[in-house]
Amino acid sequence: MTTADTVVSKPAKLTSKQLPKATPWVVAAASIIAAIVISFIAFGGFNIPVAAVLAGLINLIAVFVLSASYEGRRKAVDRVATTIVTSTFILACVPLVSLLWLTVSKGGAAISGDLLTRTMLGMKGVLDQQYVAGEATLAGGFYHAIVGTVLITVAACIISIPVGVLTAIYLVEYANKNRLGKAITFLVDVMTGIPSIVAGLFAFALFSTVANLIMPASAGIAKTGFTAAVALSVLMIPIVVRNTEEILRLVPMDLREASYALGVPKWKTIVKIVLPTSVSGILSGVTIAIARVIGETAPIMVTAGFAKTLNWNLFSGWMSTLPTFIYDSQLRPVSPGAAALASSERAWAAALVLVVLVMVLNLLARIIAKVLAPKAGR
Amino acid sequence: MSKQIDIKDLDIFYGDFRAVDGVQMQIKPRSVTAFIGPSGCGKSTVLRTLNRMHEVIPGASVSGEVLMDGNNIYGAGVDPVNVRREVGMVFQRANPFPTMSIKENVLAGVRLNNRRLSKSEADDLTERALRGANLWNEVKDRLNLPGSGLSGGQQQRLCIARAIAVEPEVLLMDEPCSALDPISTLAIEDLINDLKDKYTVVIVTHNMQQAARVSDKTAFFNIAGTGKPGKLIEFNETSSIFSNPDKEETENYISGRFG
Ligand SMILES: Nc1ncnc2c1ncn2[C@@H]1O[C@H](COP(=O)(O)OP(=O)(O)OP(=O)(O)O)[C@@H](O)[C@H]1O
Ligand SMILES: [Mg+2]
Repeated sequence: MTTADTVVSKPAKLTSKQLPKATPWVVAAASIIAAIVISFIAFGGFNIPVAAVLAGLINLIAVFVLSASYEGRRKAVDRVATTIVTSTFILACVPLVSLLWLTVSKGGAAISGDLLTRTMLGMKGVLDQQYVAGEATLAGGFYHAIVGTVLITVAACIISIPVGVLTAIYLVEYANKNRLGKAITFLVDVMTGIPSIVAGLFAFALFSTVANLIMPASAGIAKTGFTAAVALSVLMIPIVVRNTEEILRLVPMDLREASYALGVPKWKTIVKIVLPTSVSGILSGVTIAIARVIGETAPIMVTAGFAKTLNWNLFSGWMSTLPTFIYDSQLRPVSPGAAALASSERAWAAALVLVVLVMVLNLLARIIAKVLAPKAGR
Repeated sequence: MSKQIDIKDLDIFYGDFRAVDGVQMQIKPRSVTAFIGPSGCGKSTVLRTLNRMHEVIPGASVSGEVLMDGNNIYGAGVDPVNVRREVGMVFQRANPFPTMSIKENVLAGVRLNNRRLSKSEADDLTERALRGANLWNEVKDRLNLPGSGLSGGQQQRLCIARAIAVEPEVLLMDEPCSALDPISTLAIEDLINDLKDKYTVVIVTHNMQQAARVSDKTAFFNIAGTGKPGKLIEFNETSSIFSNPDKEETENYISGRFG
């Protein structure tokens, strides 16, 4: 009875005071302006980091005070939480955006069609000195590095996609958590954590041992694009296994049982039902794995060396990729002194190409996932 | 085209857990048999042993015999794939293949089993199976659209069409109507009535009226308590199960009294 009474006597009030929708934005803009003004007065000049930190603090306090005085404590806390989450997000974007900005501005300034189609064949310090002196255009290029990147990455894919996908199929469809399955899962976990330089050393050691067996004292011939591809595969396989395994586990058991119930054998169920259902996820996982290894530097250096010229043969001779080209240009410029700037410009242009390549791959992954996903059709 | 099923001393296990104990049953060809009983008593489990779907679950095993026209489907050298081609199954949740159109779904069983179909044969079979599942009129204009775009009841009938397109001898249905509205349920009950002219049908249901409406014989399963195995309590003509059952337990369950 008493509870019923309280319920009845409670005033029915569903509305409460609310700040207008645009308030957070107005407050944020005001805080930024205030922060800039304060940084001028207090530090005698405009200073981005100081102003940003100040703006964040002022915004937080202003939001809380304003909201608490008008809307009440609960809403004020809610708004503060929202503000913190949003500010952190913006903070996380800072390095990302500034990295992209730096690459695009520096690389964009240096890049030209000639850089993309020429190699470093016949490059001399004199040419760079002429360029820096303003007497000639930027010489050299990294066509050979683009070719090397594509060849080595494609070879790494050819090795690691079948191995990775089939391993994942074994783990999900056949292993049923048996000993072998658990051992593989453990090894894949360990492989995920292998430092990339170790993968490179492993591949080089493997191939130089083989080379020594064939022809004593010829370990040098083990430095090829293919050795680099094997090193990248060591890095790629665990990623492909993990991604594919996750996607395959998402395929409902219902579908497999429906197929078995029609008298379809297991292997055919996997090939015709499970894989088509998950192909979009598998392919986007693979693309992400490619994007992850395409920027590897250390394993390429120890397995494929540095090439100055075009080499289309994966199985003989040194090769350059974009990352090793960048590394080499920065560390050992063609011309010492002030003209090293030319090497640095080539490196930035190559960095831009690499970043664009990775972005295109990620975009491709999204498009693949969209296009191939099973259609609901509703 | 239908088979008699003799279940002899069937014990069913999940790992070490004995889920069902000592089932004896004879299912006549061209008849509908209903399995009823409380949740967890092992109806689905027994049903899934009839097409060797039980062993798909890791650790699951069976002892005893299931004879199909005298041949033990658990005998040495029997390939479960061959058993499943004779014994079709419809699941509780509709599960059309999401990557396939309505037509491809219907033809999936035949195509995946390597039977080549000419265009006209394929069209014929699609129409026959969909008519058989009482779905033809609703989907005949959109056979090439994805099967997952149908309503829940339509999807379930699509799954039935898919199951009967491979022309099995026996059709197992695990609560095929549990997610359906009364009209779709009626359509499926009509369908079961038609199917029994050709197939041996076994259906699990929680709906007592449904069991009474569609089945010739009814099996009542019960379980003594959690962790105990389910048992077949009574297996008899549907009319006698629902009017004067032999066992008190059956009577209590059917009239809604327990304990
Ligand atoms: N995959 C499984 N692994 C282990 N135990 C299981 C599994 N499936 C079912 N069981 C157990 O087997 C027993 C029988 O389950 P079953 O699914 O056959 O019941 P049911 O009669 O179909 O129930 P419901 O009417 O709820 O569908 C239950 O105790 C259940 O916990
Ligand atoms: Mg069940």
